[in-house]
Amino acid sequence: MVDIPILSILIFFPLVGAILLLFIPRERPYATKVTALLFSVVEFILSLPLFFFFDETKKGMQFVERSEWFPEWGITYFLGIDGISLLLILLTTFLTVLCVLCSWTDIKTKVKEYYISFLFMETAMIGTLCALDLVLFYIFWELMLVPMYLLIGVWGGPRRIYAAIKFFLYTMAGSVLMLLAIFALYYIYFKEKGVFTFNVIDLYGAHIPVSIQYILFSAFAISFAIKVPMFPFHTWLPDAHTEAPTAGSVILAGVLLKMGTYGFLRFAVPLFPKAAYDSIPLISILAIIGIIYGAIVSMMQPDLKRLIAFSSVSHLGYVMLGMFAFNMQGVEGSIYQMLNHGISTGGLFLLVGMIYERRHTRMIADFGGLSSVMPIYATFFMIVTLSSIALPGTNGFVGEFLILLGAFKAKKIYGILGATGVILGAVYMLWMFQRVMFGKIKHEENKGLKDLCGREIFILSAIVFFIILMGVYPKMFFKKMDLTVQEFLRFVEERNAYYAKVEESQEPSSIAKLIGDR
Amino acid sequence: MGLKFPVHELIFITPEIILCCFGFLVLLLEAFLKKRSPSLFGVLTLIGTASALIFVLELFEFNIEILSGLYLIDRLGSLLKGLFLIILLLVTLMSLRYVEREEITQGEYYSLLLFSTFGMMVMVSSRNLLTIFVGLELMSLSIYILCGLMRDNLKAAEASLKYFLLGAFASAFFAYGIALLYGSTGSIDIRGYSEALLRGHNSTILMLGVALLTVGFAFKIALVPFHMWTPDVYEGAPTSITAFMAAGVKSAAFVTFLRVFYAAFLPLIKDWGDILWLIAVITMSYANLTALVQDNIKRMLAYSSIAHAGYILVAFVTGEKLLSSSIIYYLMAYTFMNIGAFTCVALMGRKGEENLGIDSYAGLSGRHPFVSLCLTIFLLSLTGVPPLAGFMGKFYVFSSAIRAGYIWLAVIGVLNSVMAAYYYLRVIMYMYFKEPVKEIGDIDLSSPYILVSLICIFFLLYMGIYPRPFIMLANSAVSVFF
Repeated sequence: MVDIPILSILIFFPLVGAILLLFIPRERPYATKVTALLFSVVEFILSLPLFFFFDETKKGMQFVERSEWFPEWGITYFLGIDGISLLLILLTTFLTVLCVLCSWTDIKTKVKEYYISFLFMETAMIGTLCALDLVLFYIFWELMLVPMYLLIGVWGGPRRIYAAIKFFLYTMAGSVLMLLAIFALYYIYFKEKGVFTFNVIDLYGAHIPVSIQYILFSAFAISFAIKVPMFPFHTWLPDAHTEAPTAGSVILAGVLLKMGTYGFLRFAVPLFPKAAYDSIPLISILAIIGIIYGAIVSMMQPDLKRLIAFSSVSHLGYVMLGMFAFNMQGVEGSIYQMLNHGISTGGLFLLVGMIYERRHTRMIADFGGLSSVMPIYATFFMIVTLSSIALPGTNGFVGEFLILLGAFKAKKIYGILGATGVILGAVYMLWMFQRVMFGKIKHEENKGLKDLCGREIFILSAIVFFIILMGVYPKMFFKKMDLTVQEFLRFVEERNAYYAKVEESQEPSSIAKLIGDR
Repeated sequence: MGLKFPVHELIFITPEIILCCFGFLVLLLEAFLKKRSPSLFGVLTLIGTASALIFVLELFEFNIEILSGLYLIDRLGSLLKGLFLIILLLVTLMSLRYVEREEITQGEYYSLLLFSTFGMMVMVSSRNLLTIFVGLELMSLSIYILCGLMRDNLKAAEASLKYFLLGAFASAFFAYGIALLYGSTGSIDIRGYSEALLRGHNSTILMLGVALLTVGFAFKIALVPFHMWTPDVYEGAPTSITAFMAAGVKSAAFVTFLRVFYAAFLPLIKDWGDILWLIAVITMSYANLTALVQDNIKRMLAYSSIAHAGYILVAFVTGEKLLSSSIIYYLMAYTFMNIGAFTCVALMGRKGEENLGIDSYAGLSGRHPFVSLCLTIFLLSLTGVPPLAGFMGKFYVFSSAIRAGYIWLAVIGVLNSVMAAYYYLRVIMYMYFKEPVKEIGDIDLSSPYILVSLICIFFLLYMGIYPRPFIMLANSAVSVFF
């Protein structure tokens, strides 16, 4: 099984599907849908062996693939996964199947282009999660933008054009600065070791003067913070979420936002550990502002999707808070919360999409009393809402609990402030649920609403299955990432101890001086 | 001692001779052949170009001086000659239908294209400023006429006249620069200047000469503030010629600029770096800002070509011989995305109705998914989205800037490319997100256009995903500076 390039297959299989879709005639949307579904399901099945064959007792990267690409420049085609990317890849393949299913009747125009974009997107996402070469990573990272831009712009809501362009420009502005930082890192490493390489694992070993770490870390961090999105870089998110089609929102919330937090874990922190440690207060405070601000703004949203979008800002604040606690509980909770957020916020977007398909409105004021006409829908909605609030027994609880525990351990005040978000979260979610589901039916149109069909029940059951599984038996997932997180923390600490010893006075003060060899 | 004409050396300029012969042949046939098939001249041009290309490939391994040192056969020259011939091939292919549609006199059109390519080839393969000047003029004069070939079109006439008048000024500057350099060092060979500089020669006249030379090049490359002609000329000229100018003229001028500066004035570049730095920043920023508000796609692409010249100048400023291969690579990548984009623009129009407004692209993806897809790929490559060649070009240029320590220049450059993303995406937005405002009608999807698009897409993907052979080629080309 070592010989099968499983990661390459996982990356390029959806692309093959997308190319195949190009040749299916436009007049046959049904064939298009079935092909897309087939490819996404097979992709999901292909990704399952990763979970079972992943050896949680082994340190470092697994399923590694490596071949030369541009040896003179040190660019390699280098793939590999550890406990963190493994779970995110599974989340991606899982959510893609649901997205294809939930678009079945939702998307009526340009069906072919839609599914092509979607499969293309999957290739880019999995590639980003597997890439261990900075150039390869950057290529996939930028590649994610184009299909998402099209998904929002073509099949989105009324303000889709504004949202799509905002999304694209925001993310691109962040990533080009990261590209420059990558170059600087590359030349600094060359200066030190005499080897050109973009290989992340090697670059972890670079000794970067602290003053320069700050510059490079901020370039990486801003790029990832925009993607996460952390306060104050979050403004693109509500627009993009609100205007995107349902499946677009699901993938955006479920996977794309995780790319930002994943980027911190894989690149920004281990590459520049000293700068990361020194920025704990800044990032923690921004994360807490995000948690509280997101929750308060959510409360006042009249639009369901906007409400969920702001709740994402709040939830991602938890992820960042946990990660920058730099202890076992915090980081593990943070990774777990990434998965939770994908499942539960993805679920919420799916639920809103289903009701939008029936009523063509997302305004909370247009609903009320739905639980009497759509009991099944209301039940599912309840479970997902509770998961989002982090009720014990659901997945959300495990993640938030660990994060707050980690934050307490790191600094009490962060834990206390973070915990207020839990209360606020309950307020906006339950209040929303109450206004939508309970009370009398105020609008005539709502009386005739049909309850969920089999396909929709299937989608939501899959979500609820994971909500409960991850809530009741988290060990199954934690054991996959335990060692990875341990190693991560040990590495970051070791490097920080090293940097603490280095004399600061001898450092060159600018990147130009450090690289310049003339 | 009598001068003997070295006949045996002519073999090395076979490609140039072939182009010339075909140029004359086309002209003569135009005058004397009454009955002819509509694509005769185009096909003749294709044959001439292709055979010249074969000879250029043969010459690639040579590194010699011929004609008493007036003419060079080296890697840099041969690579660029190859590039010009490929540009000519693609432009001729896309002209096959375009010229017929716009009823442009074919004989003159194709022969001038051939002559102007000949001029470019002369430009990039000499160290002698007078030879360079002859090449420059041959190229420019042919292009002036080509711009105005659609005589009954007001905009074309304006473009031609404007380009000619301003171009004449630029040539005068250039010639004056040569005169001053000759006056101060007694040499018209650029090796003479580097020797003089090494001896510590440093007079005001020499500096003035270099400055005037720079103005001449900056005009042809369209660097701000010498760019005023670009939008009008690009808009008024036949679309195929616009593509030819943006790809060919720019490459020829840039590489000659590179050769002159890197071979002779490199000691000066440390002092000149600041001025060129400023020009690069102004060029990128001004062009991108102006392009944001263009509603005419040809004008938009004109400003975008100015902006790209700015990006290339970023690599130029570094003054690192090794890194100058990024300029060559960028020019190669730019050629394909640029010609591809202009091909899509050309096939959109009809006689007398060019459909250049950006709103004529609204809803194009519904009616013509193939054209939309092609144009999208070209625009994304211009934006610099991986894995297309445009990304690799920017990657190489900006990494060179970081390598040479020009951090701020690189930062301004990449932020500019974000700004540029807005106007490229705007076209994509019109094609995919909007409903058609007017009936697009049938567009001319004939095979030459499709062929050019596919060739360009192939190279963009190849150069983007596996850039190694192309970068190695560019590296070997700039090895002439060592």
